[in-house]
Amino acid sequence: MHDIANAAANFINLDTANIIYLFLVGFVGGLVSGFIGSGGAFVLTPAMMSMGVPGLVAVASNMCHKFPKALIGALKRAKYGQVDVKLGIVLGISAEAGVLYGAHIQEGIKKSFGEAGSNLYVSTAFVIILAIVGGFVLLDAWKTYKSGNSNAEEKVTKLAKWVQSINIPGTMVYFKSINAKVSVLFTIPLGFATGMLAATIAVGGFVGVPSMIYVLGAPSLMASATELVIAFVMGLGGSFKYALSGLVDIRLAMIILAGSLFGIQLGAIGTTYVKPFMIKVVMGSIMVTVLFSRALMVPVYMSQLGLITEIAADTTKMLKSVSYGIMIFALAMGAFIVLKAMWQGRREQRLAAQEALGHSKV
Amino acid sequence: MAESKVRKKPVGKMLLMGVISVALYALLLSKQDVINGYIGQGGMYAFLPIATAFIFSFVHGSFTGDFWTVMGIEAAKKKKEVK
Repeated sequence: MHDIANAAANFINLDTANIIYLFLVGFVGGLVSGFIGSGGAFVLTPAMMSMGVPGLVAVASNMCHKFPKALIGALKRAKYGQVDVKLGIVLGISAEAGVLYGAHIQEGIKKSFGEAGSNLYVSTAFVIILAIVGGFVLLDAWKTYKSGNSNAEEKVTKLAKWVQSINIPGTMVYFKSINAKVSVLFTIPLGFATGMLAATIAVGGFVGVPSMIYVLGAPSLMASATELVIAFVMGLGGSFKYALSGLVDIRLAMIILAGSLFGIQLGAIGTTYVKPFMIKVVMGSIMVTVLFSRALMVPVYMSQLGLITEIAADTTKMLKSVSYGIMIFALAMGAFIVLKAMWQGRREQRLAAQEALGHSKV
Repeated sequence: MAESKVRKKPVGKMLLMGVISVALYALLLSKQDVINGYIGQGGMYAFLPIATAFIFSFVHGSFTGDFWTVMGIEAAKKKKEVK
């Protein structure tokens, strides 16, 4: 009975406003992840915590909505021929190991430097990784757009060509998305890094998708769809781990899922209307925007650790609100680009159909 | 007639899955104390949230998929070539 009483303390009272809010954020997060393979978690976890949900329960509940959502998204995109199940599973399993190691590092930092130290580590990782990877992805998308060749097939990077050319006997596996054999000695560290990032900043896809595109040479559409398989494998293992400790609030997870399953279906449909470089546009824009949100919090944590002069409580509060606002903006912006691109794609298709009909009548 | 080529929309299936989905959510929220009581204990009860997630995703996922089809929002007819 004591355990039950303890567990109940982890679970908040849900009111209608909270249910509607989680449903809506779930929908927008689902829409973005249906399109780019991940996203939403960076808003959902703090959103739950702002309702009074303990941090670990928020992380666990987010994960428990992520794997069923990713499953539905992966199945939908598999219908469009965009999923490389083998690559997803190979990367997913190594990502699982990365999650465990990432969580272990987090615990160590928390023990040595406390909550503020852990937050500073997470935010710094966020800023550095998103600046490098997000900047690169966005620049690449911009170059494609400027070149006027946005319809052309994506070029495989020099790095990916080199990775594909390396032959290490006994470790070579054929992946259909890459249409070549690649050594698992390359895929394992990539999966591991994806998992570590997922354990640190909750969005592994920000490393997973770009690494599939630029390091392995997979097309953007297949990389973002395959990320859903990785998210499923990683989310299932992670949810089970948290569930063993009784940390999953299934009500929160299922309410978010209610919204996100509407979103993920729509996001997946959206990928069939857009040019592949749009995946990079949405992903890069979100990454670079979220970066500013986390960067704002770095001085707050530094002041809490006594590394810089103390920041006034009012300023801290203001920085926190602005940071959260930017994250919501990043997600909403991603959803807007997806919907707009999809709308344009549908319009073009309708016009083309009308034109074809006109020709056939002549 | 172009109309004859249009596939029949899965209205019946959507409604059925929609009703089951609403029933599942009603059950989850009305019995939340009992359900959370078990899940909160962890250990062998860890299978409970995982199984719940799979069931909800199957039912609600099927409903949401058909929902967009019925609304007329479907994948592009000419699929993108993805190698």
